Amino acid sequence: MHPNPDWPLYEIFVRARGGLDHKHVGSVHAADAAMALEHARDVYTRRLEGVSVWVVRSTDILASDPAEADALFEPARDKVYRHPTFYDIPKEVETL
Amino acid sequence: MYTQGLNELAARPLAAMQEDPALLRRFEARIDAEEKIEPKDWMPDAYRQTLIRQISQHAHSEIVGMLPEGNWITRAPSLLRKSILIAKVQDEGGHGAYLYSATETLGISRAELIEQLLSGAAKYSSIFNYPTLTWADVGAIGWLVDGAAIMNQIPLCRCSYGPYSRAMIRICKEESFHQRQGYDLMLKLARGSAAQRAIAQDALNRWWWPSLMMFGPPDTASPHTALSVRWKIKRFTNDELRQKFVDFTVPQARFLGLEIPDPALRWDAERGQHVVGEIDWSEFQDVVRGNGPCNRDRLQARRDAHESGRWVREAALAHAAKHARAAAA
Repeated sequence: MHPNPDWPLYEIFVRARGGLDHKHVGSVHAADAAMALEHARDVYTRRLEGVSVWVVRSTDILASDPAEADALFEPARDKVYRHPTFYDIPKEVETL
Repeated sequence: MYTQGLNELAARPLAAMQEDPALLRRFEARIDAEEKIEPKDWMPDAYRQTLIRQISQHAHSEIVGMLPEGNWITRAPSLLRKSILIAKVQDEGGHGAYLYSATETLGISRAELIEQLLSGAAKYSSIFNYPTLTWADVGAIGWLVDGAAIMNQIPLCRCSYGPYSRAMIRICKEESFHQRQGYDLMLKLARGSAAQRAIAQDALNRWWWPSLMMFGPPDTASPHTALSVRWKIKRFTNDELRQKFVDFTVPQARFLGLEIPDPALRWDAERGQHVVGEIDWSEFQDVVRGNGPCNRDRLQARRDAHESGRWVREAALAHAAKHARAAAA
């Protein structure tokens, strides 16, 4: 291990305004989650960019593997019938 | 630019030829299609190493760049100017933080990056090795140094590496305030007393040439630019960006009633561009090699800050560990 280990890494999610999703904005190092929240506030919301912040230990996130992206997402490609535009409805039929 | 040290480091395009040809082809096809490369995607080692160097140099420049202006926080002439300057220096710290995070996505730790800076192994922009002698220097830095930085950073928002591109978008949004507060400060001095005009002119005299050098060596002496452009890490060459900066800045100086310290400066009507006199590249090389007016001071200040903060970092970790144990019990 490095003689001066880094503080753990936290991923930062910010809600820009009420009604919007929290969105990933970056990461900070912090000794614990409470400090990560304070750092996130200083680093990512200096100009009113947020009304709410989530912090998550980076090591707690399981991400999909880009090499497997085809296998994971490809099956959705040929299922056009999942979209409403797949269906031809006679224009006499209203409100559908 | 903030990453000008790259010009002497990354001249090894042949490494790209040793990669798996099929993977390399696929990677370059994605670059050509303007797709972004993300941290877990396959990338050539030369791309990864070039980015680590470039983004970390950029991060180091932001952090060291806090020092010349920080020098004036306690002596700002009014509470408003002091608040503005604190906000600006805090932004530089924030920019350093975004950029270190982006670098870490390439598989290097923050501790290693800091160590490279403190040991002198890593470079940062030559511009921060010049002293801030008067209050007007704070204005000249915002106007010229941040102005030059913006010139370089706007195209970096479209860099092919996703985390760098996103960090640059965030930085560019904040950088415009830096340049405008600097110009505003210069304007107040330029319209002030004779003594105020004199320090404004003196600051321009001292910061003009180093600002032009920020863009790095001329294209003829910048061999790796081709690969960086092909992989869309870089979109314009050093000389292209420098020219753009000159063309933007000369009229701004004229508006201030200040004189650019270059007797050879002229307008070339045919090219529609300003032509500057000879840049003294030996001065640039000297500063990059560590012999600028403040190189030693800057590194020492960073080392001192790192050492005096050590107990705080350790205490915070001990505190977190104690509370984690208490919560588990």
